[in-house]
Amino acid sequence: MLSQSNKKKTTALIASLGFLAAACGSTASATTSTVAKSTTTTTEPLTGNANASNPITITVWTAFSGVLGQTFNNLVDQFNASQGNYKVVAVYKGPYATVLADTIAAYKANAAPNITQIFDAGTATIMDAQGAYVPVYKLMKENNIPFSTSEFIGGAASYYENNQGNLDSMPFNSSTPVLYYNKTELANAGITTPPATWSQVQADADLLAQKGQKCALTSSGAYVMWTDLEEFAMWNGLQYATNNNGYSSINNVSLNITAQPFVDHMAMLGSMAQKGEYVWNGTSTSTVPLFTNGTCAMYEQSSASLTTIAAGAQFPFGVAPLPTVDGSNSAPQNTVVGGASMWVMAGQPSNTYAGDAQFLQFLKSPTTQSYWASHTGYVPVTKAGSQLLGQQNFYASHPNDLVAVNELNNKPPTAYSKGIRLGYLPEVRAVEASAIADILSGKQTAQAALASARTQGNAILQQFAAQYNG
Amino acid sequence: MTINASEKSAISSGTEAGFTPSEEPTTELGVKTSRKSSRRSTSSTGTPSNFLPVSFPNKFLPLLLILPEVLVVAVFFIWPSAQAIYQSTIQSNAFGLGSKFAGLANFKAALASGYTRSLTITAIFTLVTTVVSMAIGLLLAMQVEQTGRFRPIYRTLFIWSYAVPGAVAGTIWLFLFEPKIGPGAKLLQSMGIHWNFALSGSQAFTLICAMTIWQQCAYNYIFFSAGLQAIPANVIEAAGLDCKGWQKFKYIIFPLLSPTTLFVLILDVLSALFGSFSVIDIVSQGGPGGSTTTLVYALYRDGFQNGDVGLAGAETLLLFVLSAILLLLQSRITRRRVHYR
Repeated sequence: MLSQSNKKKTTALIASLGFLAAACGSTASATTSTVAKSTTTTTEPLTGNANASNPITITVWTAFSGVLGQTFNNLVDQFNASQGNYKVVAVYKGPYATVLADTIAAYKANAAPNITQIFDAGTATIMDAQGAYVPVYKLMKENNIPFSTSEFIGGAASYYENNQGNLDSMPFNSSTPVLYYNKTELANAGITTPPATWSQVQADADLLAQKGQKCALTSSGAYVMWTDLEEFAMWNGLQYATNNNGYSSINNVSLNITAQPFVDHMAMLGSMAQKGEYVWNGTSTSTVPLFTNGTCAMYEQSSASLTTIAAGAQFPFGVAPLPTVDGSNSAPQNTVVGGASMWVMAGQPSNTYAGDAQFLQFLKSPTTQSYWASHTGYVPVTKAGSQLLGQQNFYASHPNDLVAVNELNNKPPTAYSKGIRLGYLPEVRAVEASAIADILSGKQTAQAALASARTQGNAILQQFAAQYNG
Repeated sequence: MTINASEKSAISSGTEAGFTPSEEPTTELGVKTSRKSSRRSTSSTGTPSNFLPVSFPNKFLPLLLILPEVLVVAVFFIWPSAQAIYQSTIQSNAFGLGSKFAGLANFKAALASGYTRSLTITAIFTLVTTVVSMAIGLLLAMQVEQTGRFRPIYRTLFIWSYAVPGAVAGTIWLFLFEPKIGPGAKLLQSMGIHWNFALSGSQAFTLICAMTIWQQCAYNYIFFSAGLQAIPANVIEAAGLDCKGWQKFKYIIFPLLSPTTLFVLILDVLSALFGSFSVIDIVSQGGPGGSTTTLVYALYRDGFQNGDVGLAGAETLLLFVLSAILLLLQSRITRRRVHYR
């Protein structure tokens, strides 16, 4: 009786573990069913030739939700109306990290979309997986569409180009962090100009606190490590990781985030947080309401959030460049783009690639770029698009939109400010976010937390090198 | 006359509960006079005690009959487990390209990446949630058994929280304890606690534990309640002559409940080890600072979010070994403590 019941429990345990293994062993197949739906529509028109009555479907996976999704869909509608051979279907897949994970799972299950939007941090993860995608510069060449790296603005080209200076993906939605400030609250505290350096931020925080404005600053919720470590490094001309931030080689890359300026910056945010002057509540809590409801007077956030903030803020606000480190010779350098680029997936029916090329050509056209930039907070990603906006006098009437463009073009990028090309960067970011939580809650000193994040981050980078040196 | 009546009710409640392991726990106490007949009558309606050899017309029919079960086990358990073992020895890039044999590299990586921390967190989480939720479940069951006609109402109310799916419960608790607007958070702040589980690891861990206990104690309550009903009332009554209160509980009730306790213990440990995922994913996503990253959550993060199938395979196997050891230990320790008859 006893041994039998024990046996039963053992079997139950083994069964439950088997179930766990089942859930794990088939990572790809879990998403297959959801993916399959969209691919049936993709492969369906294979039987017919491309013509107006039976267009070939091009599936595009994006992370554009809400207003952004609507604006992107408007572009898709414009493209579909402009020709009859292809029908682009944009599918919202969730946040950036989900789009990347789903793309990987779908690729493994032979159910990838035609085009997928991969965010900045996922660039190395897909770029070094040669064979999974069709390089955009090659695709454009095969389809006789003019395309060169130099068409794109410096900060976008440098971020996404490969070792040979070619673009494997097409930069699309690109933004950069800026400093939003509440004009009313700053004026109440007697502050006339937004802070240009971090010590001015601290001084202003004290002034604000004296006037009862407790929280002076907040940063992007999900991407605080982007604003306060990655772009902080670019803007102040600091090395973020060895091997030119990973651009020159994936082997033996090591993070440089324990360098003094990073430690000082994080320690400063930590001490402000202890006083309630800086607020950030984890990667899953949006910080937009903290600024728009007046809780915090200043806000480090992507320029892409401009329209969201303008819609929510019931007070006059301004946009300023990010503050710099005091007394630094290298600051301000330039910022780089955050956002995403468009990747063309391999293994699709051969008659879809010309459609992919046409759609990407449409996306980079000056009219599309000016429409996109003027309806969102993103910067025009091509020089021609930027010029067109200038001709339309857009920036004269929208000075807030100009700040991001000026940051990106402040100086020609150095080896340290081209961008960050680290494999599994999303994982490294998660480790950094953990460290930042520990610093802000006072659990660890900035030095200790960043040292631990560096060790864990380096292990992730090593894992990447081991897996990608096939 | 009174004894007879209570005996009858004991028998009927015992058979109603259908809890065979504890039906005859009374050998040492020598009050099993009428139990035998009742047991025989229940078992006669169930399976026969002696198996008769069954013969089939040919040998394919029995194979055909067990085929569905074999198929289910093979497809859902054996094949995926084999896949996990295979994947744990393979290294490839995120897109599954360039895969190569990696030996024990994945296991090395799994053990290096904060494994001991996740293990400690899982151990504390399992211990705390199991002990506390069992204690609360037992206490509730004891209290409710003493109530009169409102018993069915209490019973229904106390098992409600288990009927709420983890994802829904997570969302409700998230709202209750949201640092800025949650009523629970406001209560804690009024008590002088600087509540912000989005930044404080210990607060996030406490919140996860509290939620799990809240759900699990309802589940435990059901089983303890059934277990208590299966103890014959005459035993309790006889015990009541010699000892009272805590003594009665310690020497009579708790030992008689031991099969139920073992059952609940195993289920609670399993659910803490494997079932805590949804709550953690909704409330803290393993954070802040990795303070709620249990072994299962680490597995999800590495395998599903980061797409590292090899690493996840290695972690699965480590978890398998760990659980097997735990189970063996558990059965060895409890063998001497549990009295089935």
